[in-house]
Amino acid sequence: MTVRLRIAGARMYDPLRGVDGDVRDLCIEDGRIVERLPGDAPTLDARGLVAMPGGVDMHSHIAGPKVNLARKLQPEDHRDDPQPRTGALRSGTGGTVPSTWTTGYRYAGLGYTTVMEAAVPPSGARSAHAELRETPIVDKGFYVLMGNNEYLMRAIARGEAGSARDFAGWLICAAKAYAIKIVNPGGVAAWKSRRADVRGLDDPVDGLGVTPRQIVRTLAAAAEELALPHPVHIHCNNLGIAGNAATTLETMRAVEGRRAHFTHLQFHSYGGEPGGRPSSKAAEVMEYVNSHPNISVDVGQVMFGPATAMTADGPVGHLLHQLTGRKWVNVDVELETGCGIVPYEYKDRRTIHVLQWAIGLEIFLTARDLWRVVLSTDHPNGGSFLSYPRLMRLLMDRAFRDEEIKKVKANGLEGTSLKDGLDREYSLYEIAIITRAAPARLLGLQARKGHLGPGADADVALYEDNPADREAMFRAPRYVLKGGRLVVEEGQLRSQVFGRTLRAAPSYDRAIEHDVRAFFDRYGTIQFDNFAIADDEVDRP
Amino acid sequence: MTATVLTPLDLPRVPLEAEAIAPERLAGRSEREVALLPVQIGNATAQLGEFFRVRGAGSDEIRIDGDVSRVKGIGAGMTRGRLVVEGGVGMHAGARMRGGELVVMGDAGAWAGAEMVGGVLRIGGSAGDHAGAAYPGSRRGMTGGALLVGGNAGRELGGVMRRGLIAVRGSAGDYSGFNMIAGSIVLCGGAGRRTAAGMKRGSLVAFRSLELLPTFRYACTYRPEFLALLLRTLRDLFGFAIDARYVSGLYRRYSGDFAELGRGEILIWTSD
Repeated sequence: MTVRLRIAGARMYDPLRGVDGDVRDLCIEDGRIVERLPGDAPTLDARGLVAMPGGVDMHSHIAGPKVNLARKLQPEDHRDDPQPRTGALRSGTGGTVPSTWTTGYRYAGLGYTTVMEAAVPPSGARSAHAELRETPIVDKGFYVLMGNNEYLMRAIARGEAGSARDFAGWLICAAKAYAIKIVNPGGVAAWKSRRADVRGLDDPVDGLGVTPRQIVRTLAAAAEELALPHPVHIHCNNLGIAGNAATTLETMRAVEGRRAHFTHLQFHSYGGEPGGRPSSKAAEVMEYVNSHPNISVDVGQVMFGPATAMTADGPVGHLLHQLTGRKWVNVDVELETGCGIVPYEYKDRRTIHVLQWAIGLEIFLTARDLWRVVLSTDHPNGGSFLSYPRLMRLLMDRAFRDEEIKKVKANGLEGTSLKDGLDREYSLYEIAIITRAAPARLLGLQARKGHLGPGADADVALYEDNPADREAMFRAPRYVLKGGRLVVEEGQLRSQVFGRTLRAAPSYDRAIEHDVRAFFDRYGTIQFDNFAIADDEVDRP
Repeated sequence: MTATVLTPLDLPRVPLEAEAIAPERLAGRSEREVALLPVQIGNATAQLGEFFRVRGAGSDEIRIDGDVSRVKGIGAGMTRGRLVVEGGVGMHAGARMRGGELVVMGDAGAWAGAEMVGGVLRIGGSAGDHAGAAYPGSRRGMTGGALLVGGNAGRELGGVMRRGLIAVRGSAGDYSGFNMIAGSIVLCGGAGRRTAAGMKRGSLVAFRSLELLPTFRYACTYRPEFLALLLRTLRDLFGFAIDARYVSGLYRRYSGDFAELGRGEILIWTSD
């Protein structure tokens, strides 16, 4: 049976098609958007509402072993935020690291319909897929960690870029992942072996004779040669350390003009000396980003309140644990990567947190090409995704932003351009770019995601326009449709549908598998034959 | 003011969860409305009136005239008024309470006064494990108020305590004052093993000798001035009987726990 729906009279913000607030009808048939419908199709009266494509979060942490460890680590994070079972919806828990079902519900409750998990170790792929199966409503996928992979680093050290590329292709297919992720290239491996991170891009990783620069360059090229939908996704060396902007800029140069995505840029835009007090280098970093169209970024905005630091960057986890004295999980993921988890809280009375908050806003407010600057908090590292509506208001409403600036500890703003005031205000069209159109395009999903043109998946969020309080507007969409089905109705989550798993399937030279099998036999605790994810382990591939 | 009287009827074998029983949640409701308040039994929601006979309109004075050892969460989170139980109570009684007075004449289950913030919780009988302690994962246990136990206390009494006063007439279990951050615990009877393990700051006072961890170090024998004040407060303000020889007595001070910050103290009364 053909299911049809006409959404009539909404003001549309659809940047991929250049639609800026025009009133048009949206025609939906069998989960996709179509040109037109017969006159007798059922109609949803959306007059006065704002329509946007469903939100796309391209960098979040919602599934996989580290997310689950963070849940186990923090019973106190869930205790006061139960998600009761109601109607067709399952029970669960919220907090900064919600349970799987609740994650799906709460993303949908904000109008987000596509979410990418940004860091899964290859050996954690099975766990990640199992959790994504139980994450309802949103379309989902993950990036697989490669920046400290032993096999890959050895291939690079031998000068075999081709082997490295084929290995990357094999790993994407075996893990059924979407993109290549690099976290602190070489640094995690170095820290695991002698408790000392690498610092510079040309510092060799102990015992391997490979440098962060070689890892970045090789994987940036591999992503291009494998024709992956999303370019290499890079978390630079020296996250959170004063003076790291130099490393970030050097890494941007190291991709040598190839496309590359630099994630949670805020955490990588600091001046000063390592070990000393950081300062803002947002202006310098953004000058480079603005003038280099091969580079895209997401911001990793810090929002005041509870957070959970969770990262494959083991040394950063260790540093945060030492700084805060809070409980800590550290994991050595054999042959692949590391992991650190620390409960955290950003406070507007702490100079350093205010500085981080200000740097994130500087990045947003000085970006020239919004198609390459995406909204993120690196959930839950800079704050929960539930703080996105507040962040949108900070960007859209100068008066509100100025009030918030007055509340924070003033010396944290020292040296940032926020101190002198940045008067930019994002429009609805621009918000639609940084939360929908741009991430969809950077993910290579623009055929079906991030727009409302014919052929697109009917993932639609309808909001009541509220210029006086954009936070309230984006916190509670009036309607949300996923694949043409109403999941939020009159502001209430009504039904649960299931999204698809997004994955890449590059072709590579399968001759590499022989050598990888030998490597597994020699060093791994998992059998090569048990390693790859089977089709039936993936939710609606 | 006339007290609201709740008489337990046939209580089920499955524990009842009745956080509704707190002065501010009853006050201002008619007898009938009180009986309609929700309680949880297993995964089903039921009404208070199915398990209690309610007499009198809801008020800030509540009396439960029977044993409710299988009822959980009585007085949890209460902020005011007075709630008297003429019998034992189940788990989580007075947990996270912020004010008012909760009097339990019988024994209390585990987690009595867990993470309490203020008010007074008096337990005439014994308290179960984790009295005044932090729930799993929490950074702080009790942060204020007074928890007075007439009988014995179970394990991890006052775990991760941050502020407030705990006094136990009988003996306390293992790990009393575990990971204490600050605050005062007075143990009139003995205690189990590993007392004050992981303590950062705070005072744990004992009238009997204790088996100490090796990470506590003897400092001196003296008459702590604050202690006389503290014990008089317990005696005069809270009516918790304290023998005069303890008020003016000599105490051996042990500093620790040096496995942690080491700014805490265990004070042990000495007869000479």
